[in-house]
Amino acid sequence: MFPPALIAEAAVNGLLAGAAYALVALGLTLVYGVLHIVNFAHGALLTCAMFAAWGLHAAFGLDPYLSIPPLALAFFAFGYALQRWVIGPSSHGDDGNTLLVTLGLSIVLENALLALFRSDTRTLGGDAGFDVVEVGPMLLSRPRLIGFGVALLTAALLWALLSATDTGRAIRAVAKEKLGAQLVGIDPRHVYAVTFGLGCACLAVAACLLLPTFYVNPRVGNAFVLVAFTIVVLGGMGSIPGALLGGLFVGLVESLGGLFLGDSLGQLGIFVIFILVLLFRPTGLFGAKA
Amino acid sequence: MKARDILPGLLVLALLALAPLVASNAALNFLLSSLIVALAAQGWNLLGGYAGQLSFGHAAFFGTGAYATAILQLRYGVNAWAGLAIGVALGALVGWMIGFLSFRARLRGSYFALVTLAFAEVLRILANAFDLTGGAAGLLIRMAPGAANLQFPSRATFLWLVLAIVAAVLLLTAWIAGGRMGARLVAVRENEDAARALGVDALRVKLGAIALSGGITAAAGCLYAQNFLYLDANIAYGTWISVEVLIACILGGSGTVLGPVIGALALHGAGEAAKIALNGIAGPVPGIDLMLFGALLILAVAFLPQGVMGGLRRAARGLAR
Amino acid sequence: MSLLVAEGLSRRFGGLLAVDNASLTVPEGGLVGLIGPNGAGKTTLFSLLSGFLPPSAGRVTFAGTDVTAEVPHRRAALGMARTFQIVQPFAGLTVRENIAVGAYLRHAARSEATRLAEAVAAEVGLAPMLDAQASSLTVAGRKRLELARALATEPRLLLLDEVLAGLNPSEVRDIIPVIRAIRGRGVAILMIEHVMQAVMNLCDHVHVLAGGRMIAAGPPREVCADPMVVEAYLGHGAAARIAAGGTHA
Repeated sequence: MFPPALIAEAAVNGLLAGAAYALVALGLTLVYGVLHIVNFAHGALLTCAMFAAWGLHAAFGLDPYLSIPPLALAFFAFGYALQRWVIGPSSHGDDGNTLLVTLGLSIVLENALLALFRSDTRTLGGDAGFDVVEVGPMLLSRPRLIGFGVALLTAALLWALLSATDTGRAIRAVAKEKLGAQLVGIDPRHVYAVTFGLGCACLAVAACLLLPTFYVNPRVGNAFVLVAFTIVVLGGMGSIPGALLGGLFVGLVESLGGLFLGDSLGQLGIFVIFILVLLFRPTGLFGAKA
Repeated sequence: MKARDILPGLLVLALLALAPLVASNAALNFLLSSLIVALAAQGWNLLGGYAGQLSFGHAAFFGTGAYATAILQLRYGVNAWAGLAIGVALGALVGWMIGFLSFRARLRGSYFALVTLAFAEVLRILANAFDLTGGAAGLLIRMAPGAANLQFPSRATFLWLVLAIVAAVLLLTAWIAGGRMGARLVAVRENEDAARALGVDALRVKLGAIALSGGITAAAGCLYAQNFLYLDANIAYGTWISVEVLIACILGGSGTVLGPVIGALALHGAGEAAKIALNGIAGPVPGIDLMLFGALLILAVAFLPQGVMGGLRRAARGLAR
Repeated sequence: MSLLVAEGLSRRFGGLLAVDNASLTVPEGGLVGLIGPNGAGKTTLFSLLSGFLPPSAGRVTFAGTDVTAEVPHRRAALGMARTFQIVQPFAGLTVRENIAVGAYLRHAARSEATRLAEAVAAEVGLAPMLDAQASSLTVAGRKRLELARALATEPRLLLLDEVLAGLNPSEVRDIIPVIRAIRGRGVAILMIEHVMQAVMNLCDHVHVLAGGRMIAAGPPREVCADPMVVEAYLGHGAAARIAAGGTHA
């Protein structure tokens, strides 16, 4: 068997990675909690963000961590536009339609990237991805440590925005009672678009955090879609603390799964959890009724 | 079953049967691929169109059929036709199992779509990891041309075989749609509670739909394997087929008899046309056809909620007035 | 002979006791009303009777068989059909196809089911609308469709949940004979109603539910004069104030 130190190391690294996953899931759960839609384009949007971050680094040598502010802003705008002028209007208010529209969007985005960048895998290059920090007997990945911190910070900022600002209150109002919110003068289409924009901004941050330790190709989003959904369903659709805890848990499972089962079967643990949660407790650990 | 329901369909298929007289081998290959996808789409249509349970993971059935027939031939020397039959049965069984777990847990809408996606992914990961399915390298069916082995070097013969199966499923769909099962499927789709109050066993109806759906799509998988003689986890259980059958049905008109066939042909046709057109301008662009599919899906949902068939029907009603 | 017997039915939702020890009977071929103020738990009681909600306590017996644990579609097969307060037609289907779904319960062949559907449509007055889309019907039409669908299952007992709600007085006047005729051919009916005119006109017997509890039962005229019933609708002390003089409560 494996020495306990190795297991502990895998576990901690998993938790650290989980924070970035949590950030990905945060956007998804926010969108579900407010718009009540399952955004199938989430993975493709993440891929776009990762390509954008990679592109900035390749073209201008910009460190991914420094790319966070501009990309977050850019993707907020992109998300806003998508929801306001593509997804919202096409769905005619029907949930089944939104499912299909976001699926269509994910296909368009993924293949647009394929057309632009071909299917080669790209990495950041350099050794920054392998930097480790010694903590006691464990060797922890430095990029993951940074990612952990930034992810928590972003989640805290999002939380603050939702609880303390007017926009945040408007978002929560629309999430709870759309008609009532309209009656007090809040425009739900604008709020929906803002929420979607925030979700995409979270993705942009997550992309910058993931870039050092991940490869980029047009398919990478696919891998994240189901992981993000697993986290969201596990933590409860619409619950921010749920997304955080769920993310940590999934990171843990993935890391330990990879250790014990090897690479090809490592991901299996996640999907099995996903299926089990959907079948036996679809409301998740913290979520409201589906 | 009214003549109005099946005649146009049979007409289209009859026209296609004449294709070998005029079309090149390349065109026939294209038709063949389109029709195999059309068959898979017919399967999806029963569950997603008629029963209203949108599946995002039909690859699970397609791949099961493909791998079943491949493994049976390669490792157990089973005849290809028997492989087809067993593949269909296995597809139906996998469908029933996924349905049993999902519908008993009362999964609907997005949750059901997600769980089907997850199941397909699980199967893909498993197929990629184990030797039985050839792991990452995949499986190669031994080339042994001959009708007995369900391998037809003549494109025309294979085309007629696939056309015959598509026609049979067309008739089956029309028969179901016109009778009690069809009425119950639609009732469950439109309003499950109202249906239950009227004596409809919604669980049984949905299980029947998913089993049938699985079997039909598995048949398409078997035929795919016989046509290309190679498969791996991404071909068999990849999201490409889940997505194509879904879009084909939405585009063509889900819940109609002819929708999936029209949709698949139109979709593939549009994809090829786009590839050819762009080839002339900018050289080969990978993924352009899929991009078009995605865009068509969005446009269909936005402007043509009932697909091509729905649009045609409305036009017909408009003319009749 | 009692066709439907509900004994001590209760249903709890967390801290709320929506139905509290309710009992009622419907005799073979009877026309029984279930009335009470809004929020009394009438529809919840219907859900318990029809199998859409499991009771927290109590028993439901239908035609001598204990059906307390039976699922709705099995109860329909046994002869208990139910309509919904918020009408739910199968959109996208014609009126004929809608009714046929009910007819298919006991007739597997399309031609038989269609014939029965047409006969039932004629019975409720929907014959001219057979080929119309269900979604194009008015409220009154949809109510009749709801009734027709349930009738097509050839029930022994019909549970009608506010089938008159949303109808104007002339529409109510038109549908009352239809309901009477259905009972006339032997189908028992239990109806939740707010339209008192219909209740007085149609019902042999009325049960009153308030705050989840049965507070009165008897012939319509008696029940409506019962002070407890008046208070349930109009508030505490209302009965005394009416008796004391004048028409104001």
